[in-house]
Amino acid sequence: MADKTMTPEEVVSRLHSGMTLGIGGWGSRRKPMALVRALLRSDVTDLTVVSYGGPDVGLLAAAGRIRKLVAAFATLDSIPLEPHFRAARQRGAFELMEIDEAMFMWGLHAAANRLPFLPVRAGLGSDVLRVNPGLRTVTSPYEDGETLVAVPALRMDAALVHLNRADRLGNGQYLGPDPYFDDLFCEAADQAYLSCERLVDDFATAVPQTLLVNRHSVTGVVEAPHGAHFTSCVPDYGRDEAFQKLYATTPWPEFAERFLSGDEKTYQSAVQTWHEEQT
Amino acid sequence: MSRTTTATHAEYCVIACADAWRDNGEVLASPMGLIPSIGARLAKRTFSPDLLLTDGEAMLVGLDGVAEGWLPYRRHLTMVTGGRRHVMMGASQLDRFGNQNISCIGDWQQPARQLLGVRGAPVNTLNNPVSYWVPKHSRRVFVEKVDMISGVGYDSAAAAGPSATRYHRIPRVVTNLGVLDFATPDRAMRLASVHPGVTAGEVQAATGFPLALPDEVPYTREPTATELRLIRAVIDPDGLRDREVPPA
Repeated sequence: MADKTMTPEEVVSRLHSGMTLGIGGWGSRRKPMALVRALLRSDVTDLTVVSYGGPDVGLLAAAGRIRKLVAAFATLDSIPLEPHFRAARQRGAFELMEIDEAMFMWGLHAAANRLPFLPVRAGLGSDVLRVNPGLRTVTSPYEDGETLVAVPALRMDAALVHLNRADRLGNGQYLGPDPYFDDLFCEAADQAYLSCERLVDDFATAVPQTLLVNRHSVTGVVEAPHGAHFTSCVPDYGRDEAFQKLYATTPWPEFAERFLSGDEKTYQSAVQTWHEEQT
Repeated sequence: MSRTTTATHAEYCVIACADAWRDNGEVLASPMGLIPSIGARLAKRTFSPDLLLTDGEAMLVGLDGVAEGWLPYRRHLTMVTGGRRHVMMGASQLDRFGNQNISCIGDWQQPARQLLGVRGAPVNTLNNPVSYWVPKHSRRVFVEKVDMISGVGYDSAAAAGPSATRYHRIPRVVTNLGVLDFATPDRAMRLASVHPGVTAGEVQAATGFPLALPDEVPYTREPTATELRLIRAVIDPDGLRDREVPPA
């Protein structure tokens, strides 16, 4: 069977401008940040980003790579408002498809199941319908006759996710308390790239329910230790709150210059140096 | 009786939040914000022992913090749509019929201030009871019309039809000044009680639309001695509640 391991650069070489790109995790939790950083080093732009938004959205927004965002929110969790997402919205930098958290999940399910839509109650009566004039309703053919929102499938050209462990074939394991929606992102995308804290030879001793992502839905695997930094990746590590605060309070050019001008290794050592300076 | 008269502003707020979960049965209490969290735990420790609570992440936990179940986001969303949940959300804006905004201020196309986004407010309000907590009651929050309807109010649900109203309910809005509800014929916001030391006139002055007022606005109930002890000694011994609602 095919060894799917590759570098972040190889992943990004398979992406191109104008793509619809899904990003796994949730808020500032287990985001595929090393892959996002690799994307920032490339000239891929004009993206439609589909995300339960966190600093992944903030970084791409600050770098001007987003044409359209599909999201229910963008947050840093411990810092409720994502500063670069905010700034980009306030200067009208990109188009937004703002939908509810559950609508988003059913859009992923629809895409993973190759359905055009799934019905949800959420959205009715809210301004989600006003700001998304393309959203349609669907009426139940049964005797209840209920009218519900038809959430369109959120089909993606590519998805990026980060898990705790993976094998070379593309099977992925999460070890924290929440899988988020990473399996759905992989299944809802034409290509999916999985970065992991550590590559393993097999899952012989694994608790079966932790084996979240199956290899048939994965195109490439990247070993990226600390690859979710500065978001959390429990139990391997928690969120780097001090560094996240730095990210949130430093002017973008200064932050990008110090931390994002080199490769991933340079990033990780720059973070370490910064931490050493703080003590 | 002697001690109960010494309840602070924050403690009346805790009591008013706790009462939102009274008689709710075996449902998930989802408090957002510090005082609602203290209130939910107080309710579970006293009159609503069957409530479920989370650790704020993916676990259902008892009062001792020990896990009793698993509730990752995907299952949490099923809990929402299954209706066995009562959430108390925050609100950047709230209008006369209970429409709530946490998304953005100003024109949605290019907002003056981008906030959180709608998050789960649309799914919450259409599927399970949603109450609100506003730590600083003001005309900036209580507006005639919200800029972006995130949480659905009674008028918007009615206009959207039976699928929207079927499970829609806003039991109460608790603020630092009092308790509001929608127990009026046209579902307009009503002042249900004021916290001791507050007048109905003060609440109206801090509200950007006319409130329905009973002939006599009652005071928010007094905490029992047991409740005060639990708040002060067990649930919030460091007095964090006073940071959200400072003493008068």
